[in-house]
Amino acid sequence: MKRHLVLTAAVGLSLGLNAASAESLRYATARDIYGFDPHSVTDSFTNIFVHHVYEPLVRYTAELEIEPALATHWEIIEPTRIRYHLREGVTFHQGQELDAEDVAMSLMRAVHPNSPLRGNLPGLVDVEIIDDLTVELIMSGPTPLLNNYLTNIFILDADWLREHNSVDPIDASRGEEGHTTSHANGTGPFVVESRRPDAMTVLAANPDWWDEPQHNLSRIVHTPIASAATRVSALLSGEIDLIEPAPLQDAQRIDSSPGVRMLEAPGLRSIMMGYNLSDTLVDGNVEGNPLQDVRVRQAFEHAIDMDLIRDRIMRGKSRVSGALIAPEVPGWTEQMDQRLPYDPDRARELLAEAGYADGFAFNLNCPNDRYVNDEGICQAMASMLARVGLEPRLVTEPRQLHFQRVDDRQVDMYMLGWATLPMLDGFSVLSAMLHSTEGAFGTFTPPGYSNPRVDELTRAIEVELDEEKRRSMLVEALMLAKEDHAWLPLHQQPLSWAARDEVEVTQSADDLVRLWYARINR
Amino acid sequence: MLGFLIRRIVQSIFVMLAVALIAFLMFRFMGDPVNSMVPEHASAAERAEVRERLGLDQPLFVQYGRFIARAATGDFGLSWRNARPVSTLLAERFPATAELVLVAAFLSLAVGVPLGIYTALRPHAIGAQSLQLLSLIGISLPTFVTGILLILVFSVWLGWLPSFGRGQVVDIGWWTTGFLTGSGLKALILPSIMLCLFQLTLIMRLVRAEMMEVLRTDYIKFARARGLRDRSIHFRHALKNTLIPVITIFGLQLGGLIAFAIITETVFQWPGMGALFIQAVNFGDVPVMAAYLVLVSFIFVVINTTVDLLYATIDPRLRVDAAPGH
Repeated sequence: MKRHLVLTAAVGLSLGLNAASAESLRYATARDIYGFDPHSVTDSFTNIFVHHVYEPLVRYTAELEIEPALATHWEIIEPTRIRYHLREGVTFHQGQELDAEDVAMSLMRAVHPNSPLRGNLPGLVDVEIIDDLTVELIMSGPTPLLNNYLTNIFILDADWLREHNSVDPIDASRGEEGHTTSHANGTGPFVVESRRPDAMTVLAANPDWWDEPQHNLSRIVHTPIASAATRVSALLSGEIDLIEPAPLQDAQRIDSSPGVRMLEAPGLRSIMMGYNLSDTLVDGNVEGNPLQDVRVRQAFEHAIDMDLIRDRIMRGKSRVSGALIAPEVPGWTEQMDQRLPYDPDRARELLAEAGYADGFAFNLNCPNDRYVNDEGICQAMASMLARVGLEPRLVTEPRQLHFQRVDDRQVDMYMLGWATLPMLDGFSVLSAMLHSTEGAFGTFTPPGYSNPRVDELTRAIEVELDEEKRRSMLVEALMLAKEDHAWLPLHQQPLSWAARDEVEVTQSADDLVRLWYARINR
Repeated sequence: MLGFLIRRIVQSIFVMLAVALIAFLMFRFMGDPVNSMVPEHASAAERAEVRERLGLDQPLFVQYGRFIARAATGDFGLSWRNARPVSTLLAERFPATAELVLVAAFLSLAVGVPLGIYTALRPHAIGAQSLQLLSLIGISLPTFVTGILLILVFSVWLGWLPSFGRGQVVDIGWWTTGFLTGSGLKALILPSIMLCLFQLTLIMRLVRAEMMEVLRTDYIKFARARGLRDRSIHFRHALKNTLIPVITIFGLQLGGLIAFAIITETVFQWPGMGALFIQAVNFGDVPVMAAYLVLVSFIFVVINTTVDLLYATIDPRLRVDAAPGH
């Protein structure tokens, strides 16, 4: 009898192992993560991958709602003092208990001068430890988006950091290597099992996770595959279960192959063109800067046929937009989304009214490796603008060069994509792209653009804790900028992933792969 | 001999200094890595600060001087992309590239030389004619196209061989090898074929041309007149004299293999130095790019020196010239 029991136990064990090995998800992306240290790099892909191992106080669901994670609830004690209550009984993968000191050290580590991430948690002055499971965040001013910011800041164990001499984030320019780059000790749904940089990273399901897992994976095997053609081949040959991104030009081939499918959905990233609104054009052939005339900018919007670009260049998958943000982002309204209709005749009229019936020359700058089909979009736009008598001089370059030119203001019309991440709020657009350029504001604002009312509203929104009031100011400011035609909105680019049929994965609009919602149904 | 070696070492230092200088002159046109290192919404001041910390605000020659000064002490700095020491990164990647290049070089010789001999001895046979034609295709087809075709046929259609990676590798000290596991060996097949194809056809055509040339010379005619067997004439007398130019070209091309490995490694996601270099280029990771280029130039110098030394062993005339008293 005893023997029989042992036998069934053994059988059960081996069955369990088989089931487990069948549910390992082989996942390929275009590049590898930069490392495990969440406070030493700023890269949305690294960040979301590390999110499988480390967790924030609050997190986004697949539908991008904020829900409690390591913190269970929170309250505003004063406008600049917010108390967070931590979850009880959470342990790190190496066994340490989560406590207030871990949270305090991690948050301060994220805003350390070495940390490239510190801009993601603006205004944090200090973290006070109230008791073992309570902390208070002291902010320099009221911070309505504090929870949005915190979704992106991961919690590490204080003792573990001290033990490995890693209390400060790693500074690549100082030439020190950190333990935290290649090792991880988080609280998340997956544990790092092995890693060979740029070759393979294996995560195993964490059996002691505090949350009820919605995934049924035993393992995630991640391989970076840089060449898009190879990535697709690896999916088609069955060596890989999920690829991200899947090149748009291979979509038809993937959909027509048995056993695999494209996963396409509208994304958050809005693509737009910025104007040089300063007094002179970088590469013009007329006196002054015609782009300063709002009629000229209206003419540009009339001249570009976004439906054609969607159908011909984006395979019908982009969402033509009149707003600088996607509908999911707070601040968006139906009215904001209306574009001026495609009307080349009206465009010519407007140009003539402005005194440029014969057109003028300007630079049209685009990256060729940053956004979905970025180069194709710009080529199409250049010929559409030429059709109404303008002389765009198209420059397409790798992203490094393109964004340096944008930084240096050496552009007349330039492409930019903005997903409002990690804050996921219209305020992101106001502060980075519409407020006049000064201090931390207006890094990407069109050179020369300044609307005092937009600036005033932006500063008010930054500290407004009443959500209703905040929203109405957001809409007002974004509408003002729209009427100014400060930017030329184009579309929201589609997400394109591809997976084997048995893989079920939720595709969040922010284009981040959250495999703790993934299932394999073999 | 010693003098020759010392001269070569001094030369190689100058070559590496020059390569590093050219590299730094080119980095200017590569754009700015800072945008990949700060959050998208970082302010101009934050960007400027990172630029300053990395020394990117300094004039080019200062950056170059700093790199050389640190490199002289064996310190290549930290990768900007993943904050790991550049020397560790290169050492980790070296075995993958070395094994791939080794197998490709072996294949190009082991297949190229016999095929060259065959086409030289039977120039009118149908087999030789079609090999000539095939070699023309091999020499003119861009390697990445061959790579994609190999993947399509052997991975996607037939499902025999993996389309990416090195398979299971075994650690031997600091070296990782794919030679000891089945999946490691299988993973080597397609990339090494892609990498060796150009070399193989080149060697085959070279051996053929040289061999046909040699077979027309007088001493071969005399050998035939003496009644030696064909085998002995072809392999003992003709082949030996064919090999000198082949070794020169092979040596030069070995460096080419390492360079071409960049493309092969990208297509097959082979975790070698070439793939590392491409990632560094995409990121603007100056420390990795500079160290890689210097290392590759060093390898070139070593290979060329070895080839020069080999001449002496193969060609007795060179030994006589180098002997004292002449």
